[in-house]
Amino acid sequence: MEDVVAATPLSWARTGDGQVRLTATGAWTAPHAAELECLVQRLTSEPSSAGAASIDMHAIERFDTYGALLLARLSRLLEGRGQPLRVIALADRYQGLFEELRRIDPHTLEASPRSEKNRHPKSLSGGVAEIGRDLIALANMLGALSLTLVAILRRPGHFRLISAVHQLDRVAWQAVPIILLITFLIGGIIAQQGFFHFRKFGADEYVVDMIGILVLREIGVLIVAIMVAGRSGSSYTAELGSMKMREEIDALRTMGVDPIDILLLPRVIALIIALPLLTFLGAMAALCGGGLVAWFYGGMSPEIFLSRLREAISLTHFQVGLIKAPFMALAIGIVACTEGLEVKGSAESLGLKTTASVVKSIFLVIVLDGLFAIFFASIGM
Amino acid sequence: MDTFIETPAIRARNLMVAFGDRTVLNHLSLEVRKGEILGLVGGSGSGKSVLLRTIIGLIAKRQGEIKVLGVDIAEADNAALRALERRWGVLFQQGALFSSLTALQNVQFPMRENLNLSQRLLREVALAKLAMVGLQPRDGDKLPAELSGGMTKRVALARALALEPELVFLDEPTSGLDPIAAGDFDDLIRTLQQTLDLTVFMVTHDLESLRTVCDRIAALADGTMVAIGTMSEVRQSSHPWIEAYFRGKRSHVLVPAPGMTGA
Repeated sequence: MEDVVAATPLSWARTGDGQVRLTATGAWTAPHAAELECLVQRLTSEPSSAGAASIDMHAIERFDTYGALLLARLSRLLEGRGQPLRVIALADRYQGLFEELRRIDPHTLEASPRSEKNRHPKSLSGGVAEIGRDLIALANMLGALSLTLVAILRRPGHFRLISAVHQLDRVAWQAVPIILLITFLIGGIIAQQGFFHFRKFGADEYVVDMIGILVLREIGVLIVAIMVAGRSGSSYTAELGSMKMREEIDALRTMGVDPIDILLLPRVIALIIALPLLTFLGAMAALCGGGLVAWFYGGMSPEIFLSRLREAISLTHFQVGLIKAPFMALAIGIVACTEGLEVKGSAESLGLKTTASVVKSIFLVIVLDGLFAIFFASIGM
Repeated sequence: MDTFIETPAIRARNLMVAFGDRTVLNHLSLEVRKGEILGLVGGSGSGKSVLLRTIIGLIAKRQGEIKVLGVDIAEADNAALRALERRWGVLFQQGALFSSLTALQNVQFPMRENLNLSQRLLREVALAKLAMVGLQPRDGDKLPAELSGGMTKRVALARALALEPELVFLDEPTSGLDPIAAGDFDDLIRTLQQTLDLTVFMVTHDLESLRTVCDRIAALADGTMVAIGTMSEVRQSSHPWIEAYFRGKRSHVLVPAPGMTGA
């Protein structure tokens, strides 16, 4: 009365006196580990019998850590049921590996995984506290930059002029083509929409007023600030973040060099100079785009467009747009530097902080724009 | 020493690698036998890492032939290459652990990608690998940024061994470790090599590891192999770089046991 379950690579048979004889064949290696685990599971979930168990390993072709681990697990499980397992004819060259795996304390293998940290949904209070911390960090950065600026103003020779000029080249000069293109297109689109809808009321002429005021006061500076936040703010964060990851910023500190002085201030100052310049260029390009569309789509000759524009806009509109630019640049710069210095060791955190930098600086730019709108309205500009 | 009739683990012939017009490896030939630990030495910038990266296919060669475990990398199709890559493990100089995964997840990563294992087995095998390289289970939950230099190397070794490779490439495994940790790591490599029956190709600067771990030593200078053999054989070479290397100020670790070459 032999109850035989035959399967490769592990088969077993019960003899009459309740003994279990196991036979291992084939490859006890990683590719077969899943199948082996099922067999071990099936064997050990069968009703136990009192007799001893033995496993004949002479027929196995290959044996690796996976096989050894499963053999150790089998032996442990059978032992737990009062059936010590005798391993027979395991080749000498595999003996060391099996012993190694058997020595590992089973409890360490079954240790429960540490609860996944930072995976639970954030609570409302936690979220509010985080916003508070962000604001404090931004205020800190603003304070540190101001202090460094004051120190530099006392000793102007210490200003990192070359670095600032290099940054200015990157954020202003190299950004010119894309800024011109985008604002030109947006000016054109506003003009086209204006003509399309205003024509119904016979108000073609007022399209020029709309383009002029909208571009100079709002759209020009807003579009350019958002572009710069995405283009230069993100690169600042990524740069500073990877320098933080590779301990370059710590290295600077140990050499008695203030990273704010050498890295942050030139970058922020470059941004503050660049954004008004780009805003001016962007506004001009948008007016050109608008004028071109007015000519070809609206049938308004450039002479009429220009004379109409001269009547519609005043220096005030131009000033309103330009005054906002340096403040937006400061907001972008502060956010980019703060996020960059908050990068921790992992690549994931670098990505997170770069995203956060762009999202937060665009948000701040729009909030600032709203505050300025209220301010200018109340002083009558 | 045994005679090896089987195919060598690595065979490179007339290998030439150049970047632009700068030739790094020039008609280099090398054979690594199955089951041995070969230590590759050479000065900084002599092309040791380039050779290693060329063998594992990260750098394209200009000329020559490389066969790893009998497979010609240049001629193998994608499927064959993937299959070959599962048969070797690489320990990069800086560990190259995935920084957003914990140590345990790093070790599990190749298993998850290549084997269809249950969660339980995945966890057990990964913890067993960590235990084999001398780490505690609690270290498994640490992120790479929280690991010390020695622990990073150990986790990286465990990851390199995750798929039970036949061949392991180690790029300066003991650099950046203190002498005690480096000695432990040497022992670890030796033990694992014997238990898992590995072939090890090791780039190293560490004279102590060369003496205690390596079966044979290959010396790279001027873009080619200037000597290959056991420690005593290589030391007899009259190449000026080898003379400087083995008779330099720091080579006194070799003096007490010139005959002990591990081969």
